Amino acid sequence: MTDNNPTILDIEDVCISYGGELAVRNVSLPIYEKKITAIIGPSGCGKSTLLRSLNRMNDFIHGCEQSGKISFQDTDLYASTTDPVEVRLRIGMVFQRPNPFPKSIYRNIAWGPSINGFGGIMDERVEKALRQAALWDEVKDRLQDSALNLSGGQQQRLCIARALAMEPEIILMDEPCSALDPVSTARIEDLLFELREKYTIVIVTHNMQQAARVSQYTAFLENGVLIEYGDTEDVFTRPENKRTEEYVTGRFG
Amino acid sequence: MKNSDSNNLKWRHQKAEMFRYFCIGVTGFAVAILAILIYQVSVLGMPWLDAQFINSFPSRFPEKAGIKSALVGTLWLVSLTAAIAIPVGVLAAVYLEEYAKPTRVTEFININIANLAGVPSIVYGILGLAIFVRFLGLERSVLSGAMTMSLLILPVIIIAAKEAIRAVPSSLRQAAYAVGATRWQVIRAHVLPSALPGILTGVILALSRAIGETAPLIMIGALTYVAFVPEGPMDEFTALPIQIFNWTSRPQAEFHELASAGIVVLLLVLLMMNALAVYIRYRGSRK
Repeated sequence: MTDNNPTILDIEDVCISYGGELAVRNVSLPIYEKKITAIIGPSGCGKSTLLRSLNRMNDFIHGCEQSGKISFQDTDLYASTTDPVEVRLRIGMVFQRPNPFPKSIYRNIAWGPSINGFGGIMDERVEKALRQAALWDEVKDRLQDSALNLSGGQQQRLCIARALAMEPEIILMDEPCSALDPVSTARIEDLLFELREKYTIVIVTHNMQQAARVSQYTAFLENGVLIEYGDTEDVFTRPENKRTEEYVTGRFG
Repeated sequence: MKNSDSNNLKWRHQKAEMFRYFCIGVTGFAVAILAILIYQVSVLGMPWLDAQFINSFPSRFPEKAGIKSALVGTLWLVSLTAAIAIPVGVLAAVYLEEYAKPTRVTEFININIANLAGVPSIVYGILGLAIFVRFLGLERSVLSGAMTMSLLILPVIIIAAKEAIRAVPSSLRQAAYAVGATRWQVIRAHVLPSALPGILTGVILALSRAIGETAPLIMIGALTYVAFVPEGPMDEFTALPIQIFNWTSRPQAEFHELASAGIVVLLLVLLMMNALAVYIRYRGSRK
């Protein structure tokens, strides 16, 4: 498994706590390049916390402390010389609830590149991002409309397009479909299938079928501890750990 | 449904209706008082409201008296006060809400700002006299008046702006940070525009208070009988509330009517300020 797959993000012995309470305990796992890695587990097991630490979004939570090392292509993400803004330029995020800016569809996509000194043709960048997110055809005639007029599923695809417009190396997704209806969910899963092999994606999900369908590697967390990590197929059909087996067969969670 | 359940439900509906009527009544009462005040003032003052009134200086003779010096003085005062208090107040609120860590010092500052909002305006007048007029040597100028007024309304602006900024959902900030923005970029492009309506409301409330304050202006030496208009921030001045007060304290009935006319002018200035704020909010929400 590890032989021919370069690791793009290395999580080493990471512990994260909020105000003294440990949410993530000694988790170590390598994230492989251009693969989709799913993180599954019951509610409150620390999946989102772990995900947010990968692009330094936990910095905004007062009282959040972290130990251990997270390396992104040999750079320590939390070194004092590392600029968190730069980290987020290269590691993007899509959130659980669609959160488009209350601006036009065009501006939503264009804002990120424009504040980062994008010198090319913005229209092209916007179109490319929207096409990649399978949203272009639906919005190409109304780019100046407010993003808030889109449906929930469209807004979430807009958020994915917004992340893609930054051309990040990794995209983190925190339960991107949990606030959406099944049809929108299916469309986004198709989208993820297309993004496979082109982007490294780490997706936290409650939905085990989704993890099984979409990801190549799956990590199972419980109570902040990494119970099992491996090929998605192995984790779901031949899990090594009993707890993993109980979770994926729906006996709890 | 059991009989007792349906009786209980009926009683709850009745209570809700009574409360609704009570709210309507109280609102109606407040509006009625306002309407009566405006009506009385207009009836007395409107006959005196003409171009001559706006364009003349005060005089011993009511027919010749006008509000020019007071009106221009007030406009100067409000403009300068806004120019000082709005940036300082909004940026202070931005600092307190977005940058400051929740330490004891920050808490101390927050509590004190809330306290300062309740300090009587004449205290600000004495402060302005000591610091701006005397210590900084600005004398009895429009600038002294504006700086004193700015101090007076700063706590109100800061508190309103803080509330507006705090109301911006954190999901919006997170979305902006996630595309690699710095804190100031997030604030300027997303937080402040979202908070703008609330900030503007606070600003208008604060300026409305400033426009009617008389005591601090008298303290710093705004004059009562002024036959000239200020031409620069360092000139002496008078203001609408002072002129109105001056006229009401005269024995002749005509001067009381003139005072009413002055009040109408003051209300019109207030109305225009509100309209400007509504316009800015409208423009802001369209982008």
